[in-house]
Amino acid sequence: MNYIRNIGAYFLMLGWVFRKPRKISIFWRMLMHEVQHIGINSIPIVALMSTFIGAVISLQTASNMDSPLLPAYTVGYITQSSIILEFSPTIISLILAGKVGSNIASEIGTMRITEQIDALEIMGVNSLNYLVFPKVIAAIAYFPVLVIFSMFLGMLGGFAALVISGLQSPETYILGLRSWFDVYNVYYALTKTVAFGFIIVSISSFYGYYVKGGSLDVGKASTKSVVVSSVVILIFNFIITKLMLL
Amino acid sequence: MIEVVSVNKTFGKQQVLFAVSATFLPGKVNLIIGQSGQGKSVLAKCMVGLHEVDSGSILFNGRDFTAMEKSEKSEIRQEIGMLFQGSALFDSMTVEENVKFPLSMFTKMTKKEMQMRVDFCLERVNLSGRNGLYPSECSGGMQKRVGIARAISMNPKYLFCDEPNSGLDPKTAIVIDSLIKDITYEYGITTMVITHDMNSVMEIGDSVLFIHQGKKWWEGDRHSIISTENPEINAFVFASEFMKEIKESLKGQKR
Ligand SMILES: Nc1ncnc2c1ncn2[C@@H]1O[C@H](COP(=O)(O)OP(=O)(O)OP(=O)(O)O)[C@@H](O)[C@H]1O
Ligand SMILES: [Mg+2]
Repeated sequence: MNYIRNIGAYFLMLGWVFRKPRKISIFWRMLMHEVQHIGINSIPIVALMSTFIGAVISLQTASNMDSPLLPAYTVGYITQSSIILEFSPTIISLILAGKVGSNIASEIGTMRITEQIDALEIMGVNSLNYLVFPKVIAAIAYFPVLVIFSMFLGMLGGFAALVISGLQSPETYILGLRSWFDVYNVYYALTKTVAFGFIIVSISSFYGYYVKGGSLDVGKASTKSVVVSSVVILIFNFIITKLMLL
Repeated sequence: MIEVVSVNKTFGKQQVLFAVSATFLPGKVNLIIGQSGQGKSVLAKCMVGLHEVDSGSILFNGRDFTAMEKSEKSEIRQEIGMLFQGSALFDSMTVEENVKFPLSMFTKMTKKEMQMRVDFCLERVNLSGRNGLYPSECSGGMQKRVGIARAISMNPKYLFCDEPNSGLDPKTAIVIDSLIKDITYEYGITTMVITHDMNSVMEIGDSVLFIHQGKKWWEGDRHSIISTENPEINAFVFASEFMKEIKESLKGQKR
């Protein structure tokens, strides 16, 4: 029962979020701030994760490829496709659900319990539009950038691991990366990413915005938003994959 | 003028306000007093639309606020300034940005005009030159004053202050009180102040509304509050032994 009510409230919230901002200049300033917050500040963790996991994927693949029937460049191909199809869009989004989602929920939740949201409403500002819309746009615009960056670094990590450890020549690895490369897969990955970005920002905003009580409840809301958005991401990962790849 | 007509408000099963009616006049400081948890803040929040009333209506200069669409409410709200109990300053913005925020959101002022207005409002609350501080760098009293500056930046017709001087020392409290009084008289604002503080009642209370158990219990001005025989009022006003003695000695003088 509670779930159904929450889902209803969530969609009502979205109705208030997607309005034309009252002042474009203020919206623009908020957007730049959010791009900084959601996008730029996430670069280090995305870079670190992607490089190392890319390296590990390629090493694991190489260690499993000892059949002489398989050409050596299969390693590059498998690395490429696991990074593009799943690691960069899904795993990075789950990481960002933890980082960005908890951040948004606690920021908005704190504004709620310190009556800053009431102060906005009193002034006649649509607080959901003012606070959440720029975050949604920033996430939709910037998550794909982060994910493309992650794909690139993941493959680079694989390159470094294989070539530096002398397991493969650069040419073989790159040949593998370019084999059966399908732009549609990138398109599929970025579609997922946009959906996940939207899920993370809207769900964590929802839990922050409707927080009741004190700072303890803000902490709970923040945890809850990470859990719920992660689960929803996994569900939509399945649905989108079914729709787009099969 | 704000008229509250027979407002009822319930949270779940708990009824908080019982058919409260009141009139708040322009150019006057209208106080709402009462013990903790009697529904003062809820009444104020109903008046500005942060809570929906169950029944009854709120009229701002005759315009029925409770019956309005959200967009119409937004118009009225631009005429309302509110000082929250906890100041509710935007903590990601500096003092100046806080005061400027409603101006940049709702007016077509140029940068220069906004700057002049911000400086004027900060000057008015004795905070000139503190433009660049963040709320976390301000003391409690300064935050209240920034809150007032932000509340008056749009030249409100209606000003709501929820416990403007709670948690302040008596001297700072008087500074805040007289600030609210001066602004009210100067601009003819309809001001509503929630307070616990008997000092404030005696300083600034043009009219006083006593809320008890969610009902309008008593109404009058600061002079009649001393002489009334209403037992709940007396229990509130003369809570301490010291005040009771003063009351007795006042009675003695009258005889
Ligand atoms: N959002 C809410 N949800 C449920 N109950 C509430 C809510 N806000 C207030 N109440 C209840 O309404 C009653 C009146 O609260 P209110 O905040 O108006 O008291 P108050 O007169 O302002 O007290 P104080 O002087 O301590 O601020 C309390 O019993 C409180 O528990
Ligand atoms: Mg209160």
